[in-house]
Amino acid sequence: MKKTYKIEVDCANCANKMEEAARKTAGVKDAVVNFMTLKMTVEFEEGSEPKAVMQEVLKNCKKVEDDCEIYL
Amino acid sequence: MNKKQKRVLIRILLSAALMVLLHFIPLSGYFRFCLYMIPYLIIGYDILKKAGKGIWNRQVFDENFLMAVATIGAIFLGEYTEGVAVMLFYQIGELFQSYAVGKSRRNISDLMDIRPDYANIEKNGSMERIDPDEVETGSIIVVQPGEKVPIDGIIVEGSSALNTGALTGESVPREVAKGDEIISGSINMTGVLRVRTIKEFGESTASKILDLVENASSKKSRSENFISRFARYYTPAVCYGALALAILPPLISMIFLGGAPGWEKWIYRALTFLVISCPCALVISIPLSFFAGIGGAGKEGILVKGSNYLEALSQTKYVVFDKTGTMTQGVFEVNGVHHNQIEADKLIEYAALAEYYSSHPISKSLKKAYGKEIDPSRISDVEEIGGHGVTAVIDGKKVAAGNGKLMRKFGISCQECSSAGTVVHVAVEGNYAGHILISDLKKPHAKEAVSALHKLGISGTVMLTGDRRAAAEQTASELGIETVYSELLPADKVTKVEELLEQKAPKEKLAFVGDGINDAPVLSRADVGIAMGALGSDAAIEAADVVLMDDDPLKIAKAIRISKKCIRIVYENIYFAIGIKILCLVLGAAGIANMWLAIFADVGVMVLAVMNAVRALFVKNLCPKGIPL
Repeated sequence: MKKTYKIEVDCANCANKMEEAARKTAGVKDAVVNFMTLKMTVEFEEGSEPKAVMQEVLKNCKKVEDDCEIYL
Repeated sequence: MNKKQKRVLIRILLSAALMVLLHFIPLSGYFRFCLYMIPYLIIGYDILKKAGKGIWNRQVFDENFLMAVATIGAIFLGEYTEGVAVMLFYQIGELFQSYAVGKSRRNISDLMDIRPDYANIEKNGSMERIDPDEVETGSIIVVQPGEKVPIDGIIVEGSSALNTGALTGESVPREVAKGDEIISGSINMTGVLRVRTIKEFGESTASKILDLVENASSKKSRSENFISRFARYYTPAVCYGALALAILPPLISMIFLGGAPGWEKWIYRALTFLVISCPCALVISIPLSFFAGIGGAGKEGILVKGSNYLEALSQTKYVVFDKTGTMTQGVFEVNGVHHNQIEADKLIEYAALAEYYSSHPISKSLKKAYGKEIDPSRISDVEEIGGHGVTAVIDGKKVAAGNGKLMRKFGISCQECSSAGTVVHVAVEGNYAGHILISDLKKPHAKEAVSALHKLGISGTVMLTGDRRAAAEQTASELGIETVYSELLPADKVTKVEELLEQKAPKEKLAFVGDGINDAPVLSRADVGIAMGALGSDAAIEAADVVLMDDDPLKIAKAIRISKKCIRIVYENIYFAIGIKILCLVLGAAGIANMWLAIFADVGVMVLAVMNAVRALFVKNLCPKGIPL
């Protein structure tokens, strides 16, 4: 399952960091951050609960880039 | 500027004003420290907080950490002005880059703003606005002047000029009338149109393009990967380097030389070293260059699916073309009249009249070439001879139009045509009158496109086609394409491309250009798959790495030029930033550079690199020399 979220991030490198952090989160199969459109597309693993996973994704992203935001 | 940026700006102005003020107040000791802490905290509290959080989350070595250590260190040494200034200028640089990014993003997204918000539907005589998602295929929608076409469809009433600029980069409006197919995302400029939808909203061009742009796989280029790897090792390395610079020389001087350790001097140098080495210029400007390059290409109707493809495009040395639909229009037209005994126009007129009742594509192109209304009363006794042609009586004269077999059937000797294409021989009253050559027309810019590619330093152009050899070779030589492989089945095209891929050096990239119809396997096999005229072709959008929105083959050269410009900027920034930093680091370690030079090496270089990166966005005038785009 794929879902797209609107995000807020300041620099292109920070967007790359967020992408990496999101990919490493459990339950996430793949994540792509598009800095141009400020969107994050997350592909969830089978059977994972997107809402719970996204909370983790947000937490992990905040760790690498304090200034970011994901609008869940 | 957004709210966040405005807040930072206020903080910058406030602390700068306080700094100037404090400069003129003679203060000393503890009191001075406390007063200087005010501007320092105003400008730097968030950096300190981020650095603290970074340490807490074990993500120690980043720009925030570097800045925090450098400024705290400077303050510790009593260099209050410099400590605050470092933070101040760092924030100015950050603000600048965030502003530049926002500006570029708006610049790009304005043009990508093709999402239709509503569709007008007529119900019981009154117009109603509904969500385009709810419009069923086959319904009639109304598009008013100034509105976006929400769904692909066919005009059933009205005529207008459409601006397709956001989709194709084409600035000249397209004239449309009843019966024309129009695509969503274009803007209706002059007249009211009634359109019968032929697709659902989700399947329409605008939705598909937005989907493509938003989900462009974030495949990173080698340069970007290099920078993120570089930053991962570089930042810790300079931190340890600075630590060594602060501790080792004093220890050496104390233990081995028996002199004074000079702690302050060396710590100051180490802090300078830290500020200089901040990698912001690189980590920010490189992704920004690609972002701007892809955005700029998008504005020109060239969609690039990832920065790695932009990079590959810039290294393209071989361009392989598909013929039909890519270099030719795939439409048959009268291309010449040869060996005519009567006037060429008259010959076409006879042929068009004779073929008046036929619906064959050949007869359509004859009628189109004739161009005038045909008066059926001039034609009588029409007889179609299958596989041969047609005979008819026109203006009382017996006319035969068809292939060589038809001529032989009537015992008329005819001249065979040496050019490629379909030939229609015409005989009037039993005498040979000449023949008309009908062939697939080359695209208007096909020849210029090939020569533009050669000018760009492409080492080989190859054409693949399923056509007969004579036709293929003729087209290739007319276009200036060097190599041609003809009579290929679709599967042979893949094999040929694989052969070519093996022959070239690994650093040279091969691009395949096709129109997306049964080219998909080749598009995905090539280093860079370029799909032409993608509007409407799902397979092309899926398989290609670069999608040219309109049919113009000149865009291939333009795409390569854009990619070259972008990559050049990336390398300029890499060399420039690393060069200045190394120079300043050496000066800093030697004690020649002070904190102010360090600030320039950090913030100044970053601002320059960001400005250079934004340049990748401006690609409007990147035309091949002498060829207007």
